[in-house]
Amino acid sequence: MSSVVRGARIVHTVSGRRKFVDRFARVLVWLAFAVAIVPLAWVLYTVVARGFEALLLPTWFTNSLQGILPKEFAGGVGHAIYGSIIQALIASVISVPLGIMVAIYLVEYGRGALARATTFMVDILSGIPSIVAALFVFALWITTLGFDRSAFAVSIALVLLMVPVIVRSTEEMLKLVPMDLREASYALGVNKMRTILRIVLPTSLSGIVSGVLLAVARVMGETAPVLVLVGYSRSMNYNVFEGNMASLPLLIYTEFTNPYPAGQLRIWGASLTLILLIALLNIFARVIAWAIERRRA
Amino acid sequence: MSKRIEVEDLDVYYGSFLAVEGVSLDIASRTVTALIGPSGCGKSTFLRTLNRMHEVTPGGRVSGSVLIDSEDIYGSKVDPVLVRRQVGMVFQRPNPFPTMSIRDNVLAGVKLTGGRMSRSESDELVESSLTGANLWNEVKDRLDKPGSGLSGGQQQRLCIARAIAVKPDVILMDEPCSALDPISTLAIEDLIEELKNDYTIVIVTHNMQQASRVSDRTAFFNIAGTGKPGKLIEYDDTTTIFSKPSVQATEDYVSGKFG
Repeated sequence: MSSVVRGARIVHTVSGRRKFVDRFARVLVWLAFAVAIVPLAWVLYTVVARGFEALLLPTWFTNSLQGILPKEFAGGVGHAIYGSIIQALIASVISVPLGIMVAIYLVEYGRGALARATTFMVDILSGIPSIVAALFVFALWITTLGFDRSAFAVSIALVLLMVPVIVRSTEEMLKLVPMDLREASYALGVNKMRTILRIVLPTSLSGIVSGVLLAVARVMGETAPVLVLVGYSRSMNYNVFEGNMASLPLLIYTEFTNPYPAGQLRIWGASLTLILLIALLNIFARVIAWAIERRRA
Repeated sequence: MSKRIEVEDLDVYYGSFLAVEGVSLDIASRTVTALIGPSGCGKSTFLRTLNRMHEVTPGGRVSGSVLIDSEDIYGSKVDPVLVRRQVGMVFQRPNPFPTMSIRDNVLAGVKLTGGRMSRSESDELVESSLTGANLWNEVKDRLDKPGSGLSGGQQQRLCIARAIAVKPDVILMDEPCSALDPISTLAIEDLIEELKNDYTIVIVTHNMQQASRVSDRTAFFNIAGTGKPGKLIEYDDTTTIFSKPSVQATEDYVSGKFG
């Protein structure tokens, strides 16, 4: 009987201490959560509160600022939306195949010194500040090769920033494909290339696609390349190889020196537009990944 | 369809590590041969050399020869990819392709090796392969559903259907029942008995009752110690191995004294 009582007391004391630790940890985790979420919510609130009025302008998404005076609130940022999208699109067309192929090499073929060197370079490249990438492209593409500043030069700089992100995320996804599946394919007499194309890539497709779209979303907001590599234009320019072209970050930067309230409104409106564009891409990434997963369930 | 296998003085290496040493054995066509032995004795490694799957592991190589109907699969002009079309394999864990339907899983080997066939030909192949794997009646109404939705035992039979759809001569099985429940295991064992009529089968198993139930001949592998190479200790009719083996180690192993 006495041993039962003693046992019960031991249980009681331990649980008291654990209750305290539990509460303490819970408070800490909630605090950390609040600290992380407050600035985020604040930024979002500020941008929406100050920028939504601009988006109500009927011409906001379609027109450019051609012929609009700095103090006038009219026109729109269609030219900058086009610039942001086309520059990211060209960068993606180059980086996506390149990044995926490098990842396939690293996961499926890479052995020894070359693979280690490649991984090391990708690591270094992913740590390069965007301004340095922009200056590198300026030195190579414009100073050395003699091309003019253009949207295409921006895209080249974005490629440098995108490739390591795509390589990394694709590599992780390919590594998640079980070795069992590759062996099952080899055991059927399927060669390595077809195994990769028809078994490994489809199995990891949803992860690769969302990784790629997140990389696109990331470079869309890059500011340093557009400051260095292309001039700002208030009108629509469809030609990526010639002339000035606006993009949302560049428009924000330029309007920052506009002293009129119309300029302030355009800054917040363009910021909100950029956030929406990136959020849309993120949602699109999730929808695509979800659709691919669902098709096979 | 089935072929005999002659293994002559085979050593298997991973890099400079000698994993299996000096295996010689003959496997008759249309028989089931069981490879038994304690963990790490090299039986799976040896099995994988019969369709050159060990080469998938970096550094994997062999010396010696493996003849399938007198043709050396390690000949200098032999493509390992083509060897694997003749020698199919079923793995320990069921591994149907998750992106494919049941039907496409069965057809995977033919489609991915560049074969073209009409709708009626592929329908026929799907039915005959699944029937051959005793799975047709269970899945015929849901051929377009993913293979990963089946039970473990059904998935393993799907993998067997996938392996026989490419019409191999030999089927290798690497502990095909170790991840399955007893009822699924029985289904696979019954299937092995039927497949024997058409194929030469080599099966690795940890389960000695299974070896004695399904096989005609049994090879006992053993290892002298960690880091030492695995060796073929004794190879004989299954009844002999389990009743009066000629080597003491075999007797100790089959009677459960170690392993």
